Amino acid sequence: MRNFKIDFNKIFKYVIIAYLAIFLVGGIFAAIFGVELDINFSGGTKISYAYEGSLAEKDIKAIVDEKIDAKYDLGMSTSLAGDTQTFEISLAGKNALSAEKQEELTKALVEKFKDNKVELYNSNSVSPTIAGSFFAKSIVAMLITAALVVVYVGIRFKNIGGVTAALTALVALVFDVAITFVVCIFFRLQIDSNYIAVVLTMLGYSLNDTIVIYDRVRENKRLSPETEIGELVNVSINQTLVRNVVTTVTTFLAVMTIVVVSELFGLQSLRTFAIPMAFGLVSGAISSLCVSGPLWVIWKRSRAKKAKK
Amino acid sequence: MKNRKVGKPWFFVIFVLILALAFTAFFGVENYYGDTREVYTKGAKDIRWGIDIRGGVEAVFSPDKEDADITTEDMDAAKAIIETRLVNKSITDYEVYADNANHQIIVRFPWAAEESDFDAAAAVQELGETALLTFCREDNKEDVILSGAADIKHAEPGLDEKQNYVVYLDFTEEGKSKFATATAEMVGKTVSIWMDDTMIQNPTVNEAITGGTAYITGMANAEEAKALADKINAGSLPFALTVDDSKLQVISPTLGSDALNVMVIAGSIAFGVVCLLMIFRYRLNGFVTAIALLGQLAGSIACISGYFADSNSFTLTIPGIAGIILSIGVGVDCNVIAAERIREEFKKGKTVDGAIDSGFKNSLSAVIDGNVTIVIVSLVLMGAFGTPDNILAKVMSPLMSLFGTSITGSIYSFGYTLLVGTIFNLIMGVLASKYMLKSISRLKAFRNPWFYGGKKNA
Repeated sequence: MRNFKIDFNKIFKYVIIAYLAIFLVGGIFAAIFGVELDINFSGGTKISYAYEGSLAEKDIKAIVDEKIDAKYDLGMSTSLAGDTQTFEISLAGKNALSAEKQEELTKALVEKFKDNKVELYNSNSVSPTIAGSFFAKSIVAMLITAALVVVYVGIRFKNIGGVTAALTALVALVFDVAITFVVCIFFRLQIDSNYIAVVLTMLGYSLNDTIVIYDRVRENKRLSPETEIGELVNVSINQTLVRNVVTTVTTFLAVMTIVVVSELFGLQSLRTFAIPMAFGLVSGAISSLCVSGPLWVIWKRSRAKKAKK
Repeated sequence: MKNRKVGKPWFFVIFVLILALAFTAFFGVENYYGDTREVYTKGAKDIRWGIDIRGGVEAVFSPDKEDADITTEDMDAAKAIIETRLVNKSITDYEVYADNANHQIIVRFPWAAEESDFDAAAAVQELGETALLTFCREDNKEDVILSGAADIKHAEPGLDEKQNYVVYLDFTEEGKSKFATATAEMVGKTVSIWMDDTMIQNPTVNEAITGGTAYITGMANAEEAKALADKINAGSLPFALTVDDSKLQVISPTLGSDALNVMVIAGSIAFGVVCLLMIFRYRLNGFVTAIALLGQLAGSIACISGYFADSNSFTLTIPGIAGIILSIGVGVDCNVIAAERIREEFKKGKTVDGAIDSGFKNSLSAVIDGNVTIVIVSLVLMGAFGTPDNILAKVMSPLMSLFGTSITGSIYSFGYTLLVGTIFNLIMGVLASKYMLKSISRLKAFRNPWFYGGKKNA
């Protein structure tokens, strides 16, 4: 084993450029292809049916057209393992179907395609009002968490200027959350309630990564209070580098196992959780190493300069 | 601190305790006396699964009435009536919550796998019906003689003398006198009987009915008679409830059981991978980590299933399982931080005892701060997305009541599993790991730094 001596303060700007480039491409993708919001956020109805044998899209459409007079989308899908076939009917926002309408539709489809054993697989219908309030609630929950964490870190890391440290940790967190969002756009994943779970996980994970580094800074500062701040942070990051890599690789592999297994079984409900999470973990490690600490150094140095003047 | 030595047997004591916890928490301890099952500790199979795993229905009902006219009593009454209606449908494993701030009633109930033709949308519509039985003069719905629980005490399905299925009604004193007065005036005219807006019967009055009983005929079969009697007995809602302006989610049991299998397979493989990586890099220390992680997992499972026979199981959803995975990740981190510290100490030339000692000591603050941050996250989640009656939700309610109640119990589940996982991480990853490692390192066979990730002593 060797000692790492990477100058994180130097590579800071390259990492920032890389992040911004990814965000830019993500933004362009989002502008072109749009962001797919799950009906939990946008409101609407989504009904999927399982069936056997083969069904033609136009036959299904004929039945649905009869029962629904609003605009809808029809999608057909098969699990990778090939044992489950489903089709899904989705309606956006205001066009949510009443329970009565859903019942009629299901009855009509089951009756019409008797040989295909059509069966209701999953249905979800959310009004736009409820969806909006869920969205707002999620945002408020995150802001409360962020505020509490800043207070806690501010108190625990008082001797190295905790609040500014907490704020740069939050910058790294924002980067990680933005990465998970870009991943959702690249992979055409819906932003659903699982995504909220991902963001909240990142909240804990990314901050934890940064805190481990700050903990080392706190310790090193105690051991040698005279060391220049940039040097202090850089040494601390290098000392915790192995831990960061080992933990990230381990958790990344665990999450990747979930990605692979759920893809094999065609389990969509896990996909929107596991894929953004896997990338978020990697970003969480990189941003803690290359963004939060060095950014904090820049802040501290500029403050020191001002104080001299 | 003096005497930092930990006795040699401690490793085995903790190891056996963790194995015992893991075994009882995963498989449960039970005994069969004939057909009666006596449960001592609950295993993983006793966990109550969320509807996203086992299939089921989640519906958010909103009253069909102006907000200003709805009282807390109305909401409580509506909740109680919905519960009764669910029991009447032999659904006992339900969750019903009333959100008084936003006037919503949230209902979740599982969908039994054997009922493949279960019509969830119809069942939900029926749950939200007012179900008010009214007797009116002639065919005029507005001219009410008597109605509802104030006048009708009890209903019972039965047969009349011609063996037709009927529902017998028993009036209250008030209903009895109202009915007697009305029927005395109405001989030769008809009385109409309404269930909400549907007229179910309109018989002609032959004589004044003073006995305080009546019956409704025209039932097609015993089931129909029983359903009507149940509906009347369950009581009428103070308002009609609909899901059309709120939320209705139905998940088939097939989809659910697939998800569960996948989670179990994925979880086991992921756990194995993590343990192998730990052992590969940290050797004996990694083995101790694997035991501690097993203990943490078992602790989480025990907290979810309720463990003891008479405690309730927590509802575990897919995000809840994600919370377990995350807490295991944090548990790994806690052990990695300590293990890397121990390796550093070896490089400084410390002995086995010294390295382990200062390794754990120096890593403690990072682990505590990291874990407290995660605890903050999980507590906020539980408060924001929990059921309206939990303590955390009450603390946060001034802010959160601006929004609808948790329509996603699944995120609450995430917060809970993350919280118990983190608590067990502190017990297992910080305490149990330390004592196991300190104890096993005193065995002669394991005095070499190599076992802890250090360089081999020549």
